[in-house]
Amino acid sequence: MATPNQATLRPNGPKDMDLSRKPRVRLLFSKGMDILVGLVTLAALIPLVSVLYMVARKGAGNFRWEMLWKLPPAAGIDGGGFGNALLGTLILVAVGTLVSVPLGILTAIFLTEYSQGTKSARIIRFCAKILSGLPSILAGVFIFGVLVVTTRSFSVMAGGLALGILMLPIIILATEEALLRVPRFLREASLALGANRTQTVLHITLPAAGSTIITGVMLAVARAAGETAPIIFTALFTSYWISSLNEPTASMAVLIYNFSSVPYDNMVNMAWTASFVLIVIVLVTNIVSHLVANRSK
Amino acid sequence: MSLKSNTTTMDESIPTTQTEEVVISPDALSSSPAEKAARLNAPTVIDIENVDFHYGKNKALHGIHFPIKEKLVTAFIGPSGCGKSTLLRCLNRMNDLIDGTRVSSGSIKISGVDIYHPSVDVIELRKRVGMVFQKSNPFPKSVYENVVYGLRLQGINDKARLDETVERSLRGAALWEEVRDRLHTSALGLSGGQQQRLCIARAIAVEPEIILMDEPCSALDPIATVKVEELIHQLKQDYTIVIVTHNMQQAGRCSDVTAFFYMGRLIEMDATEKIFTNPTQKQTEDYISGRFG
Repeated sequence: MATPNQATLRPNGPKDMDLSRKPRVRLLFSKGMDILVGLVTLAALIPLVSVLYMVARKGAGNFRWEMLWKLPPAAGIDGGGFGNALLGTLILVAVGTLVSVPLGILTAIFLTEYSQGTKSARIIRFCAKILSGLPSILAGVFIFGVLVVTTRSFSVMAGGLALGILMLPIIILATEEALLRVPRFLREASLALGANRTQTVLHITLPAAGSTIITGVMLAVARAAGETAPIIFTALFTSYWISSLNEPTASMAVLIYNFSSVPYDNMVNMAWTASFVLIVIVLVTNIVSHLVANRSK
Repeated sequence: MSLKSNTTTMDESIPTTQTEEVVISPDALSSSPAEKAARLNAPTVIDIENVDFHYGKNKALHGIHFPIKEKLVTAFIGPSGCGKSTLLRCLNRMNDLIDGTRVSSGSIKISGVDIYHPSVDVIELRKRVGMVFQKSNPFPKSVYENVVYGLRLQGINDKARLDETVERSLRGAALWEEVRDRLHTSALGLSGGQQQRLCIARAIAVEPEIILMDEPCSALDPIATVKVEELIHQLKQDYTIVIVTHNMQQAGRCSDVTAFFYMGRLIEMDATEKIFTNPTQKQTEDYISGRFG
């Protein structure tokens, strides 16, 4: 039965059901936007794919396994490798990781679990964001002034610390994001069972955020592995194997930088191959860390 | 009454600002078995005395004053925002986690101890007063690890004791038969109703005195709801239970005492049968008969 109210809601009465497709301007517009988004995505992939393609084409062909454990060749000599640079990069990144991961994760825990919403948390977060935009060469100059000048020696330690400074804000911000994403109800459930804050962080919050934190750490490692500027100022370069943390060391990034600007074909080709190997290492570490993170879930 | 006072008065007849009906009237139970009347006269476990509660500048609870009796199910009902969950979360101090909240006057005593006194260890309090939340919130761990979490926190890692607790708690939560073969698979693979019973098992594993339930069935389907309600019936043999519910039938089915809240005030508290058949206050009657809220 029609009431007066219904009559005013549908003044034109019932219409025929016509669901057939008709050409409409807004449909065309929607289609056009779909295509545009696809094209822009493709355009964004062009630089990424072309860099990978060029490095693989110029670097992979010259790759020989012995390059991984041989010392760099002298100018104009054939053969040789970049074993000391590979080892140097691994150690530099390891030092940087050892310094920045504990500091970064503990800072993020402090920000999210102990001081959320307070003034000190806001100040620390602001500093971390500024630090994440720090030009990497400044990290190198800073460590040069603090460590290299005072100890009168370029060293692995200085290089690792410079990388640590660059990794720290990435790890803080990624870990904070990961911890904030852990639902509040998990923390409440833990506290309601008589857990204190530390137990809740250790047993519930950190494990729940674990795989996201690992992704953040990997991002930082990948960035550090490719950094050149802070290393030139701190770890310098040598043509020999490293024997202690207080000595300069070769690194992949600096080797690529040095060898790409010399007039000897062997060295230039080796720079390409070193670039290729560096990309493969970063890729493999990423894949492995994802596998580990997913397995632990 | 100041927060610092730690007197252990058990006097229930303190005049209140809002309600006179704080003492359960035995005449309302004339139709019930004498045994049930005796249960309603059980000793008081929680004394809520003239409690005011603030969220920042907003006063959420006004002079709440009533006793909660041992080994009974006490239901808090009332429309959304009436303060029933807030009061429940005062009982194990979960509100401490929210900035700017405080019990601004009055006191809450459990077994005579003022739980807001500075000398009280909140961790100990929460071990004695367990909680089940509205949304089932198992940890992303195995069924087994969920149940023993509270024990591990206390440093108990003895395998035999943990195994025994897991079986006892899961049986207690009527979940043992359903999960005994998958104790070591993820708790997140259980159904919603099973997850909620797992949360109950986790709460009783630490052997609390009191279990608080904050709308434990609101996210469950009717069959799972029945199971949890049956479980509440069994649990009251051993525990004092306080349950917040939006479902009035549920309050009627599974509680012994019902407290009706409105706008941060306790309007009426009495034996559940009396509240649902013959409430004293007009507001209670209107709410229960569905005229508002």
